[in-house]
Formats: sequence, structure tokens, C-alpha cells
Amino acid sequence: MAVDTKTVRRIAKLSKLALDETREAPMVKQLNGILEWVEQLKEVDVEGVQPMTSVVEQRLKMRDDVVADGDKADELMVNAPGGEDHFFVVPKVVE
Amino acid sequence: MALPSDLTELTLAQARDAVRSKQVSSRELTAAFLKRMEAARVLNSYVLETPDAALKMADAADKRIASGEARALEGLPLGIKDLYATKGVRTTACSKILENFVPPYESTVTQNLWNAGAVMLGKLNMDEFAMGSSTETSCWGPTVSPWRAKDSTAKIVPGGSSGGSAAAIAAHLCLAATGTDTGGSIRQPCAVSGIAGIKPTYGRCSRWGIVAYASSLDQAGPMGRDVRDCAILLKEMASVDAKDSTSVDLPVPDYEAAVDKGVKGLRIGIPKEYRVDGAPPEIDALWSKGAEWLKSQGAEIVEVSLPHTKYALATYYIIAPAEASSNLARYDGVRYGRRAEGIHDIAELYEKSRAEGFGKEVQRRILIGTYVLSSGYYDAYYLRAQKVRTLIARDFARAFEKCDVLLVPATPGPAFPFGQNEDDPVAMYLNDVFTVTVNLAGLPGMTVPAGLSANGLPLGLQFIGKAFDEETVFRAGRALEVAANFTAKPTEWWKE
Amino acid sequence: MSNAAAKSKYIQGSTGPWEIVIGLEVHAQVLSKAKLFSAAATQFGADPNSQVSFVDAAMPGMLPVINRFCVEQAVKTGLGLKAKINLFSIFDRKNYFYPDLPQGYQISQFKHPIVGEGVVLIDLPDGGTAKVGIERLHLEQDAGKSIHDQHPDFSFVDLNRSGVALMEIVSKPDMRSSDEAIAYVKKLRAILRYLSTCDGNMEEGSLRADVNVSVRKPGGPLGTRCEIKNVNSIRFIGQAIDYEARRQVDIIEAGGSIDQETRLFDSKNVETRSMRSKEEAHDYRYFPDPDLLPLEFEQAFVDKIAASLPELPDEKRERLVALGLPVYDATVLVGEKEIADYFEAMLAAGAEPKAAANWLNNEYLGRLNKAGIDIAAGPVPAASNAAIVCLVADGTINGKTAKDVLDIVWAEGGDPKRIVDARGLKQVTDTSAIETAVDAVIAANPDKVAAAKAKPQMIGWFVGQVMKATGGKANPTAVNALLKARLGITE
Ligand SMILES: [Mg+2]
Ligand SMILES: [Zn+2]
Repeated sequence: MAVDTKTVRRIAKLSKLALDETREAPMVKQLNGILEWVEQLKEVDVEGVQPMTSVVEQRLKMRDDVVADGDKADELMVNAPGGEDHFFVVPKVVE
Repeated sequence: MALPSDLTELTLAQARDAVRSKQVSSRELTAAFLKRMEAARVLNSYVLETPDAALKMADAADKRIASGEARALEGLPLGIKDLYATKGVRTTACSKILENFVPPYESTVTQNLWNAGAVMLGKLNMDEFAMGSSTETSCWGPTVSPWRAKDSTAKIVPGGSSGGSAAAIAAHLCLAATGTDTGGSIRQPCAVSGIAGIKPTYGRCSRWGIVAYASSLDQAGPMGRDVRDCAILLKEMASVDAKDSTSVDLPVPDYEAAVDKGVKGLRIGIPKEYRVDGAPPEIDALWSKGAEWLKSQGAEIVEVSLPHTKYALATYYIIAPAEASSNLARYDGVRYGRRAEGIHDIAELYEKSRAEGFGKEVQRRILIGTYVLSSGYYDAYYLRAQKVRTLIARDFARAFEKCDVLLVPATPGPAFPFGQNEDDPVAMYLNDVFTVTVNLAGLPGMTVPAGLSANGLPLGLQFIGKAFDEETVFRAGRALEVAANFTAKPTEWWKE
Repeated sequence: MSNAAAKSKYIQGSTGPWEIVIGLEVHAQVLSKAKLFSAAATQFGADPNSQVSFVDAAMPGMLPVINRFCVEQAVKTGLGLKAKINLFSIFDRKNYFYPDLPQGYQISQFKHPIVGEGVVLIDLPDGGTAKVGIERLHLEQDAGKSIHDQHPDFSFVDLNRSGVALMEIVSKPDMRSSDEAIAYVKKLRAILRYLSTCDGNMEEGSLRADVNVSVRKPGGPLGTRCEIKNVNSIRFIGQAIDYEARRQVDIIEAGGSIDQETRLFDSKNVETRSMRSKEEAHDYRYFPDPDLLPLEFEQAFVDKIAASLPELPDEKRERLVALGLPVYDATVLVGEKEIADYFEAMLAAGAEPKAAANWLNNEYLGRLNKAGIDIAAGPVPAASNAAIVCLVADGTINGKTAKDVLDIVWAEGGDPKRIVDARGLKQVTDTSAIETAVDAVIAANPDKVAAAKAKPQMIGWFVGQVMKATGGKANPTAVNALLKARLGITE
């Protein structure tokens, strides 16, 4: 299940990380190193074992349907790299 | 108690008593730390010092003390890992992608600390997004350990990811500090820096307002000079938080009261699987010594088995990057954080901002995490890892039928020089071999300074407790601490 | 469904008939005050980013906490769809990047939804019914809104919708025509509105449909489907299906093949188009959200909700038919919750069911329709229409006067009974008064009387004259009887 350059490009695309060509080969090598190493999990017999979805043994907490938040457009914009009239602004998205 | 001439010598417990009894004011204490911080900037343990705010908080504390309203941590200066959101104070997770981020909110844990009267000295360095074991990946540059090997002037790492916290405590640049621990990020730096630290049970401290790395593993905890200080601090950090669905509805006990209860009658489990090939013999020797110390204080030593231990590290390095790849998707340059210049479309905005903003190790983990979750690989990697995780947790549950607490090594060796594992991620990951199991099972784990390596660097031992039984962990930790009588200190070479 | 009915739905291509296979994913906004995982408000039309919490904006370190009411609403809806309620479900993250998706993932449910299989009975235009299977219903977060038409170079992002609770209701591919798909959406919307779990308002986006369309030779294997995203009106759903089916048939018959893709419906040009932005292959990397625990509840929680379930359209129709209403009338009345409620209010005010149904369907709804007004905004309260129906039933006014009274109430308001009294609209049942009028008409028209004796249907003309003479208030039955006697018409 070795990772090749094409795969690295695909997952970089999915991860939205620009990866210039010079970094592709080393990344292939490092990812393969990690993946080879985790291959050891194949030895474990997991037949009939439930995957762990939570380490906490308690019921999911629930909140009442009460409006108690919002009205903070100014605070939301404080750190915004492109913000105008309480909107976040990005380059035009074409649908 | 007679006060030392240098107030930064005080432990948190001593400082608390001195401030409360008005032997010393919070302002004096705080000023002493601020002064020492200034002199130790070469360690780069703080990424942001907040002296003005600190003195203001100290004055407010002194007022409360004067009016007899002292709270648990009244006037005690602490350092805060830069992963905790602090309202109005730059919080970066030591990543370029958040280099200018000023949160308009305060994390639950730090709010708890301020509500208890604590004083903030500043924000502490760490590996970027808490991913690392050396604090070398911070966008603010690495933290240097105050420790040096015998007869050496080479800089060594303080461990990580809470390396800034560990270095600051070891160098007395704060009374104690907050850390976070996803795979060992509190325990490993504590062990290699000669201090104490506990990762409490998952769910004990709220994660709300702490920048997420791997949500199912992340847990906040205290780091301090000794076991008692950790107990005092954890009591205030921990709370039941309605804003965190995984915060557990259990009352927080008075941990300090448990510290001195001793280990007489306690069954201490020794899991044979923690004897790993290739670990230096001094680690094994220290471990055996630790067991002897406890036995001589009346504890019973029980051999137990955790058969899936050897798979923990690989399991961790699937689950943590998978969760991280998703947790870090929000850093997209749209609402806050770094946005690349000269971008033309939204795809470029994402790809360039993230490539510029995230460091190498973070990018590596995002890519691995994306890969193991991607279609066709999910079952082979992520799902299988989650099943192995169940088996690891089951191992612990079985072991705890036979014992009350486990004693294991903390790290495979002492702290290492800079750059050692830079291009071999797997070698770097091996530092977490003794610590990640605890995160996978959600259990409390504490490291305590236990001795020095052959080259004169600190080594620790680790206790692992049952879920929500931090009290037994503190008891055992204190007993070991007393027996080990670790008094070594780094020479203050940075003052030269 | 008969074979003939099935065949009539085929569309004709150059190579013969084609069958359309349709499945719908309907996104229904849960009627809740606060969002699914935050305490910000859900109201429509607020100022940009004014209903956004730090959680909704995915600020660092923010965590979701679920809204219990939204869970209850999903269970309630599941029960309304006669579906299996899962006592254990899991929230997953669906990972993708989009400017209006702050977290970089949508919290949804993938492998373990809160509601499993169910069924909806749809009412077809020909009066028949058909069953559409429900595959599942899951809870998920809505995304924000990107506004593209404010600036030539930039898109603006408003996160007010971000985090609003949605129920995604996925049907089985059981529909075979745009009519059936429309009937399904109408019925689903009616059920949601009866349950008050979603307001069903398509203009405000509270109800949107993703329409999956494929074509195949009758009885053949399923074709490749295309998903038309976010169609936001019932009419558009029909148009989109018809266009898309025809497009697919044309491509296949020209020797091409269908690419599985996401398309959007362009209502201006009435066509579907490939979505450029969704072109790149998606890999959502679903995994359980580690910020949340599995959602678990007891059967008792479900039972409690079941006990509070209101009467649903199918059951209401059954009850109305049992009251003596024709199936067709009952279907019309229950089809929309507001109409059903209006009708129930008329019954509660004392109107007799059959007369009330006739009056509502033929008189009042007709007028509303002509005026283009929704029943909820209509000018005549149910009690007034009930009063008019009662006035007819007890003989106070006749049918013609009833229409006049409705006109008055429509235009001026007021209580029908008082209007009838005040304006002297009571029908004349006093025989002597009617006799006088009848005699006068007969006396004035001797030639017509002769003609009527030979041609009895001429009586209609005499009735008209008498009614005119009495200002329309004479009891038509009495007028008829008297005229017949005087004119010597026996049958
Ligand atoms: Mg969908
Ligand atoms: Zn959906």
C-alpha cells in the first residue's frame, strides 16, 4: 500500500496544502516510512472488536433550546483577514 | 517558614502559604518572576510575556488578601501554554498560521485559574499545534532546556510539546504552568526536565478554548516543581463544563489531601511489556529502583500484563493525525489567521495560506491523517486503529483488576540534543512510546523526577491510574518523590 | 399501481420507452430557536453574521454541544414517517473545504443515523396513492451562505445559517415521474408541518431537495444517476426532473454515457448544468466526531414523543372520510396543514362536515385562489365561514344569499348573522309573501303561463322572476312548489 507521488499530490489537494515539486519526493519517503511502521497493526486480531468511538463512559450532554449566544459580529471580525460590513470576504467563488 | 532570599525558589504550595500569611505580597513574588524571566530569555520558554497584566493581577490579589478573601491560588504567578485561548492576549499554538490571533474568549481552564486568583506571567512555548516531543517546531523558535549534560555546553531540548512550560518551571520562571498532553506532551517534557506533571483522566479538564490537536486524546493538566504543586493546580484547573460534551460530570476531589496518604497497602502493577528492546539499561534500572522504593514503604508489587502495549504507538500515529487533519481544516485563511498574499482564487487562498502557515511536521501529520481517512484506506488504517485502541483500553481494565496503580518508565531516555530526529519522524515518535498508551485509554498518568542519567540529565518514572482516580496517582507519586529525593538543579548557565 | 399507469409515465425516445428513476434527499430545517450545536439564534433574515457564536465560526478551541430539542424533533419526524428510531446513533465529520463551511467539516451522521427506514404514502393527481420508501433521516449542520453578486471579484460569507439544524431525509429511488416526486415533496412537507418540526418554507430555504435522477429501459438495470443540488421550489423539482431525464435519454440514445455528477438547476433557462466548483473528486473522509459522544437514549424517550404526536394527514383523511366526506374532498382538505386546521376550526364552530367541506372547497378556497392569497392570510375567519354554513343549514338564508354574505365578510368583515339581520337578507319562507309574488308574476305574463303549461322546464324563468321580485330572499324550494301548483305542473 505504498504511497507514490500521485497519491501525495492527491492527499495534498484534499488537505488544501500547496506542495511544491521539490517537497514531493521527500514527503513520499517520509509518509512511506510512517506507513510501513504502522503496518504492524495488521498483526493484531481485531475480529469482533468494536472500534472505540469515545473514551468517556457517559451519555452525550444535551443543551436546552435557548438562544444565549450571537450578536458578536464585531468580535468575529477582529481577526478576519478580509472583512467588510460584517461579512467575511474571499476571492470570488464560482459555482 | 523562613523565606528564601530569592522568592522564585518557592514551590507553589510554599508561595501560597507565604502570600496568604502576608509574609510576601503577590506583587513582590510576581516581580521576582518577571525579573528572572527577563534574565532567562535565551531559553525562549515564553513566547509572550505579559508583565503589565501580571502586576495588575498581582495587585488585585493583594487587595483580596488584605480584605481576607484569598482564593485557592490567590496571587500565585503561573505560565500558560500558548495552546490555551486567553482573552485579548495573543494565542498562536506556536504556529505561523495563527501568528496574530487574539482570541475574544478565555479557555475554561484558564478562566478557572483566574477565578481562583492566579496571576498570568505570559504564554509558554510549545511544538506547533502541540505536535512534537522537543519544542523544536514552534514558529517562535525552539525552547532551550535549562539542563545541560555533564561536562557539556551543548544545548538540549526540553522535551515537548509542553517544552516551554517544562523549561520555565525547571528554570524557576514561574511557580507552575499549564500543559496539554495528547501523547505525552506533559509527562515527557516533565520527565526530561526534572519536574512533575500529570495528565488527568480524559474528561477531567474542559477542552473548551484549548486549540485542538487530536480531540479524543487531548487533555489539559498541570506541571509543577513537585507532586503537591500539581495536586493543588489540578484541583483548580479541573471542572465540569457544560460547553465541552466530553467533560465528565464528576465532582473534583481535594487532590492535595490525598498527596500524603502514602502507599502502604497499595498494589503497584508492573507491566512486563514496558521493558522494550533497545531502551538504555539505566531506564530499566531506574524502574526497578522505583518499585523497590515503593515496596519499602509498604506497597505490594504485582506483575501485570498489557499485551497490546507494543501497538500503542502505531495506533496513536494513525488516530492523532487523522483527528488533527480534520481539526486543523478550520485554519483556512478565511475568518482569522494567516492569509497568503497575491492569491487569485479560493483554492489558492487555501493552499497557499496553509502551506505558508503550517510547519513541516504539522503538514506531515495533516497529510498522513488525510491519507488514513481517505476512501479505500479508512478500514485498513483508521478503523483498525480504533479497534486496537479498544483492546489497549481493555488491557488496562484487566490489569486494574489486580492492582491500584501502575508504575512504568516515562521516557526511553534523557533529553536529546537539537536536530537529532529532524528528518526521521518515526525516530522522533518513539519518544512517546511509554506515554501514548495512557492517552489512548483516557487514563490519568503522572511523571515524577526519579534520578539522573549517566550523563547527568533528569529521568522520570510514570504512574498510570484508573480512570478518575488521580488521588491514588498523587499518593504514589508523592511516595516515590520522597524516596527519590531528587534535588539536582540545572546550573544557571543562562545568567552568565 | 397498474401496469398501464406505469407505462403512461415512460418517456419516449427514438429507441423506445424509458423509465425515470428518482430518489430525493430533502433537507428540512428543524424548527428550533437555537442551532444544533450552539446557542445562537436561527431566525431568517437577520443582519450578516449577527447570529453566529464562536462555535459556529469555528474559532480555535470551540466545541459543539447538542440541542436536545433538535434531537426530539428528529425523533418526532421519524415517527411521523413511520420509521425505525435508532436508540444509538453517531455524529460523523464530513470533511471538505468551502468558504461557508467554517470548521472545514460538516457534523452529520453517516453510518449510524438517528432514524432508519420508513414510508410515506403519496397522493397522486389521478386520485390514487403510492408508497415511497424512506431510507433514513439524519441530523446535520447547515452551512453558511456565500453571496456572489455583491462584488465583481469577491464573494461575501455570512455564517448566520452555519450550524442550523437540518434533517436530511433520504428517500428510496421509488419515484418514476416528476408528478410522483412532486406529490412526495408535498406530502413530506405536509407531514413536517403537521408535526411542527419544520416550517416547510421553500423560499426561505427551510426545505430544499437534492434530486437524484437516472433513466433506464423499462425493467432494465439502473442507469448512472446525476444529483441536482438544492432545488428550492416544488415547480422547479418537476422541471428539473423532466429536463434531466430528457437530457440523459438524448445522450444515451446518441451513443454517449452519463457521468455521475452533481448538477444545479437553472430556473431561468429551465435546465440543469454541471457544477464547476464541485468538479474535483470528493473524498469526504467521514469519521466519528471525537468532540461528541454517541447519541444514545432509551425507548421511553421515544415513547414519550410518540404519545405527543399530533394526528397526521393520512389519519386525518381517514377520520374525515368516516365523517361522510368523499375521499377526494378529504384529500384536498388534509393536503395542507393550514387548510386542514381551518376546516377543523369550522367544524369546531358548529358547521356540519359535508356542508363545511363543500363550502370551503368550492367557495372560499376558490376565492382565495383567484386572489392569490394563502389561507393563513385570508380575510375571513373560520368561525365566519362556519356561521354562513350554519345559516344555510338552518334555512335562515339560501345558497345565493350565502355567497353575498361571504362577499360582504370578505370585503368588510363582520359577523355573518348580524349582517343577515341588519341587511334583511333572511330568506323569505312566509308563504303568503311568496304567494303574492308568484301571483303577480303569473298575472303579468299570461302568454308565458300558456307556454309553461306545454313546456314545464319554462318554470325556471318564473322562479327567476319571483326571486327578482323578492330581492333574492325567497326560499327557492317554496317558490318552486307554489309555481308548480299554480301552473299545474305535476311531475
Ligand atoms: Mg446529500
Ligand atoms: Zn445533507
